[in-house]
Amino acid sequence: MTKVFQPSPSLPPPVNSVGPVAWVKQNLFSTPANTILTLLSLYIIYLLVVPVINWGIIDATWSGESKAECTAGGACWAFIRVRFDQFMYGRYPIEEYWRVNLSAIMLIVLVGMYAVKAVNKTMLTAGILLVYPVIAYILFAGDVFGLQRVETELWGGLFLTILLGMIGIIASFPLGVLLALGRRSNMPIVKSVCIIFIETVRAVPLITILFMASVMIPLFLPDGLNFNKLLRVLIGITLFSAAYMAEVIRGGLQAIPKGQYEAADAMGLTYWQSMILVILPQALKLVIPGIVNTFIGLFKDTTLVYIVGMFDLLGMIQLASHSPNWLGTTIEGYAFSGFLYWAICFAMSRYSMAVERRLETGHKRN
Amino acid sequence: MSKNNSTTNTSFLNDAGNRALIFQALLLGLVVFVGYYLFSNLQANLDKQGISTGFTFLNQPAGFPILLHLIEYTEANSYGRAFLVALINTFVISLLGIVLATIIGVLMGLARLSNNWLIARLATVYIETLRNIPLLLQMFFWYFAVLAALPGPRNSFILGDFMLNKRGIYSPEPLFQDGFGFVIFGFFVGVAASIALIIWAKKRQSQTGDWFPAYWASLGVIIATTFLALVFTGFPVEFNVPELGRFNIRGGMVLPPEFVAVLVALSTYTGAFIAEIVRAGILSVNWGQTEASRSLGLPDGLTQRLIVLPQALRVIIPPLTSQFLNLAKNSSLGAAIAYPELVAVVMGTTLNQTGQAIETIGLCMLVYGSLSLSISFFMNWYNKKMSLTER
Repeated sequence: MTKVFQPSPSLPPPVNSVGPVAWVKQNLFSTPANTILTLLSLYIIYLLVVPVINWGIIDATWSGESKAECTAGGACWAFIRVRFDQFMYGRYPIEEYWRVNLSAIMLIVLVGMYAVKAVNKTMLTAGILLVYPVIAYILFAGDVFGLQRVETELWGGLFLTILLGMIGIIASFPLGVLLALGRRSNMPIVKSVCIIFIETVRAVPLITILFMASVMIPLFLPDGLNFNKLLRVLIGITLFSAAYMAEVIRGGLQAIPKGQYEAADAMGLTYWQSMILVILPQALKLVIPGIVNTFIGLFKDTTLVYIVGMFDLLGMIQLASHSPNWLGTTIEGYAFSGFLYWAICFAMSRYSMAVERRLETGHKRN
Repeated sequence: MSKNNSTTNTSFLNDAGNRALIFQALLLGLVVFVGYYLFSNLQANLDKQGISTGFTFLNQPAGFPILLHLIEYTEANSYGRAFLVALINTFVISLLGIVLATIIGVLMGLARLSNNWLIARLATVYIETLRNIPLLLQMFFWYFAVLAALPGPRNSFILGDFMLNKRGIYSPEPLFQDGFGFVIFGFFVGVAASIALIIWAKKRQSQTGDWFPAYWASLGVIIATTFLALVFTGFPVEFNVPELGRFNIRGGMVLPPEFVAVLVALSTYTGAFIAEIVRAGILSVNWGQTEASRSLGLPDGLTQRLIVLPQALRVIIPPLTSQFLNLAKNSSLGAAIAYPELVAVVMGTTLNQTGQAIETIGLCMLVYGSLSLSISFFMNWYNKKMSLTER
């Protein structure tokens, strides 16, 4: 009978070098200084989180008709509940809310159709960009097909915020591309017109442009011709972010190696063909983060319309929390609207990261 | 644009050079036409409304008070004076905001890179929260929610000679007596001496290799000369300490809540953006640089200061410039909470009272334009100084 060597099973690694204990040791308590920092941050978190939870959840009042009914000492979420519709639709007539809802649902369905394989994507995009806006405008403004007329002064709340943001984003992008191409053009007059426009707009704050849109544009127009304030503000926001967009896209255009331009020329492509088919697809992909940053900036900047007297989400919050019934509910209002803005902007930035990954065709080793 | 040399049928319109000329002529014509059209409309509208153009209104008395003025100003002063007050307010808030935002940004950027997991997470939460909420909302939050919720003057928080309440931050006001000029002189002597000291230390180090702690020494020199001058002149400064009266707080200086709200909102918001820039800059420096520096025997502090930081700054400075510009332009949002800066005073009150839309808006755009230009000139100069010297 020969003895067979039986190796004993290997021991597990020491508790101190793997698992949660080691992780805590390495990442939180590696040196005395680190330990102090950790304890200090734990204390700061304690100082911040406990009162917020007490205020926001434990002591909060969830229903009621005025601030006077919020007696628990915490947040007065009843305020948000009672005024919720106004925060969403502004001063849009209550019986007409369905028109806003319907167009929102239509947009969601249309965008959702991108996921369906059988749909022609070009037709769908054309539909969203050309047909949908007309339908949505008819629904919002009314005055035809027996729909009641709703003045644009009554549009407000999150509805107005999203409207301004979306139209601004969709209109400023092509304009930005044109300006960027113009700035890199060989034609001296085109180039200088683009440079002057971009640099002037970028040198001044958005607020001056909005003031210009609301105060100065009427002075520049002939008698009797005066268009809507919402439209003027939209033009201001669009031109403003187009200038920033142009600079971002110019960065992308400059990053494309000269060989690509020369190759496109050698293939006999015209200027527009080489731009649309060769240069722009590569350049835009490079600057997706910058483009989305500009979009996020534009979306946040829509709050400035409050200063020229329009009531977007922030404007409605401001209006409601200073109404006699609800004095002293500013924090609740800002928390609610801040969360909405945060969620939308954060979602945009995460979505851009996903798009970037999907379009990644480089030769990076993973 | 090169001429098309081929002998085939190139019509006039097929020539790229000609087409460019025609296109540009059309564009120029359009721009000139639109400009002329708008200008003539403007002229007609102004004539009809009886508004006279020109800047003569700047000499008329303004007749409105301004909450915060760092130079003498009363309601009897002219619009021009009011413009100057507002200009100074804009400069002050931009400058202070830039300093604070840079400090916050650098701290948060470093914290996000910390190997302490908790600190890094906290910094991430800070950055991602503040970057994604509109600045105007944050300003409103500080002004209407935080500062308005402070107690009244009778129950102010008191810390030494400082008081914090609904009406702002009260602090002792320094009153300079005769002989204070001598102290300022002493301070500048100290600054000059330390510049000489730094130059000498650099020279000696490049000649002999000996190192001298010039920065700490010069700090000491400046403090010493200033203090000596103070002692010599017998402390020519008195403080007007704020005191709680029956109805009001007497004496002292006050920073109004509008100022505090704008400053806090601007610097925390921009700080979050700067933090990301700092983080990206530091990450862009190759780890090999740190390793090489360590293998040369440099201690950690010197590695950061002499090796990592100069290289990171090259990546950091251009985007930092645009953040500073953004901050200066965003200071105009102070108009929404009645901080008396340029937009509020000139495009708000002055425009309402005089109706001089073109002049006031033009003046504001001019000021912001030159502010932007001067910041970018300075940062371009600094960038050139820091950039890689290539052969």
